[in-house]
Amino acid sequence: MYRYDEFDHAFVRERVAEFRDQVARRLSGEMTEDQFKPLRLMNGVYLQLHAYMLRIAIPYGTLSSKQLRRLAHIGRVYDKGSGHFTTRQNLQFNWIKLADVPQILEELAEVEMHAIQTSGNCIRNVTADHFAGAAADEVADPRVYAEILRQWSSLHPEFSFLPRKFKLAVTAAPHDRAAVQVHDIGLHMKVDDKGERGFAVWVGGGQGRTPMVAKKVRDFLPEADLLSYCEAILRIYNLEGRRDNKYKARIKILVHETGEAEITRAIEAEFAELQGKALTVPAPEIERIARYFALPDLETLRARSEVYETAKRDPAFALFARRNVHAHKVPGYGIVTISLKPTGAPPGDATSEQMEAIADIAERYSSDELRVSHEQNLVLPHVKLDDIPVVFAQLQKIGLGDANAGFITDIIACPGLDFCALANARSIPVAQRLSERFEDIARQAEIGDLKIKISGCINACGHHHVGHIGILGVDRKGEEFYQITLGGSGDETCSIGEIVGPGFSSDGIVDAVETVVDTYLKLRISADEPFLAAYRRVGQAPFKEALYAR
Amino acid sequence: MPDDASIFRNGTFHADTWTFPADDVPLPPSGDIAVGKTRFLAEIQTLRARNGGIGVVLNPGEDPDGIVEHLDRITLVALRFTKYSDGRPYSVARLLRDRHGYKGELRATGDVLRDQVIFMLRAGFDSLDVAHAGTREALRTGSIVGVRHHYQPASDEAREAVGPVSPWRRRSV
Repeated sequence: MYRYDEFDHAFVRERVAEFRDQVARRLSGEMTEDQFKPLRLMNGVYLQLHAYMLRIAIPYGTLSSKQLRRLAHIGRVYDKGSGHFTTRQNLQFNWIKLADVPQILEELAEVEMHAIQTSGNCIRNVTADHFAGAAADEVADPRVYAEILRQWSSLHPEFSFLPRKFKLAVTAAPHDRAAVQVHDIGLHMKVDDKGERGFAVWVGGGQGRTPMVAKKVRDFLPEADLLSYCEAILRIYNLEGRRDNKYKARIKILVHETGEAEITRAIEAEFAELQGKALTVPAPEIERIARYFALPDLETLRARSEVYETAKRDPAFALFARRNVHAHKVPGYGIVTISLKPTGAPPGDATSEQMEAIADIAERYSSDELRVSHEQNLVLPHVKLDDIPVVFAQLQKIGLGDANAGFITDIIACPGLDFCALANARSIPVAQRLSERFEDIARQAEIGDLKIKISGCINACGHHHVGHIGILGVDRKGEEFYQITLGGSGDETCSIGEIVGPGFSSDGIVDAVETVVDTYLKLRISADEPFLAAYRRVGQAPFKEALYAR
Repeated sequence: MPDDASIFRNGTFHADTWTFPADDVPLPPSGDIAVGKTRFLAEIQTLRARNGGIGVVLNPGEDPDGIVEHLDRITLVALRFTKYSDGRPYSVARLLRDRHGYKGELRATGDVLRDQVIFMLRAGFDSLDVAHAGTREALRTGSIVGVRHHYQPASDEAREAVGPVSPWRRRSV
């Protein structure tokens, strides 16, 4: 894991002191709320419906046990005993007092954490593949580059007051688990035929009210040029991005209005001026940072674990092994997903007690490491196959043993109208009712891979545009309605879901989803044809027919 | 501190020596004057022929095209922040310093507030036109609380030391 050096510590300490000073000036009335707002947002502090919300950065989703314990502690002391993991691999506390924030930031700084740039019109927390550093299929560890980007983008003097927020994601496996094509900049690492590492660079993807898949502006950017190229993109965006309408201010609109060819030309021209200068990342520096992310000392084991195979005689464990365990790059190890989607619970929530128990498990069984996924789950990246049965039993004890990773109940949902000042409709109760309707795990297994994503408003924090089934909450004359989109996907086959027809009432939405699922089950070629493949084969018509024909 | 000393430069406040004639007012025969981009481009010959410094004021959204050819004769570029959350002047400042090699006074004017001062100095501004009372006081007493460890090279190399580890790390000195 990355460890702060003196420089990093000094930086975060100064930032805490700066924010403490800003809060004091706000509380004394020297600063108006209007003046304070962009400053508090840059430190992750939102004013929500009921209280202040504090969003804490978990860079590229990597956490140590100690850090998770500190989050549990903060949840207990300053919130109501729980926290909410978000789709940007961050953690939110929803019931925070503004006056407590400087103290919370100080406690975070002690464990090398902060809330810098988790909000505001600046470069946000950089996300990465949540299996990074462990996945069998990665060509490099994307967190090395995410960390370099984190440093470069932190309090960047030129890019702290952009037209709108700006999100970067990095992945380094052929299968894109980081949804890079729906980011402002998506970086997809590969190795060329000379063995050099570089990135395909995607620009102008995003969700919100105008969802767009990013355009590939570079097929191969050498890793040394990473920062120069990003600085070129950001400079063009800062100068040319629209500032007349906040709904047209993201870079995707600039890319769309300028055209792919012209924006690529402009980026390359700016890059040509910056290339080979102070922002070049020297190879020894990449190696130095990569050493922080070296694999922990794992044992030399046989690829097959008898303990693990024997445990699969229990059907519940067999399903957990099939759904929640992914291939590790080291023989005899597995990557374990901890589902934060038990039946009837708000997606992504964990209590302080659960966080502490998970921290203990990670410390003992996963080399002290954890990841947060953008699908609002937690990940134990380095677990011996031999130990997975014990880990499963311990997770069951804290109510987090669900074997539903990637199933229909592994739902992403934004906080929605229960918390968020922007929302038009509630998201969490819909997720809860869906997870209850599809509670039967045998039925979930029969349905197979199916991603449901729910947003409570057009801002799409619940990523509904890239849900296989997307649900968007809207307000119609004071009543909550839910639109269904079908066929979205955030992976390397990225597509934006299509609206299937008129929305459904809060009472009708769960039945409607069930109708979609039943329609899929009837028309799929076999159990090996997942929902998304079937939808892409047959299109919208059969689903529309089933939902709306009388 | 006299009230007219609103320009913060080199660590202290100074009275402004520049005048900013309105577009419909004839240019005075002498003295340092700064005009908007349109007038600058239209009257460059007149400006060059008179005695006194030449300055340009750019609004957000105005690029320095057409100005950069004359930077050797320009001794003030003032970039206006209409509101502090519009960050375009930061990029223009960096382009003037890094790309075009401008060495004269680069002034931030308009919505100049204490919480952005470090960003402004790092982006290459060396002069701040400060109207906000709290910001004046904070600058005068040196009481701005901010972050002086930086993770990226910018345009104020003269005041920054390269960090001990990563080549892009800097520290304000």
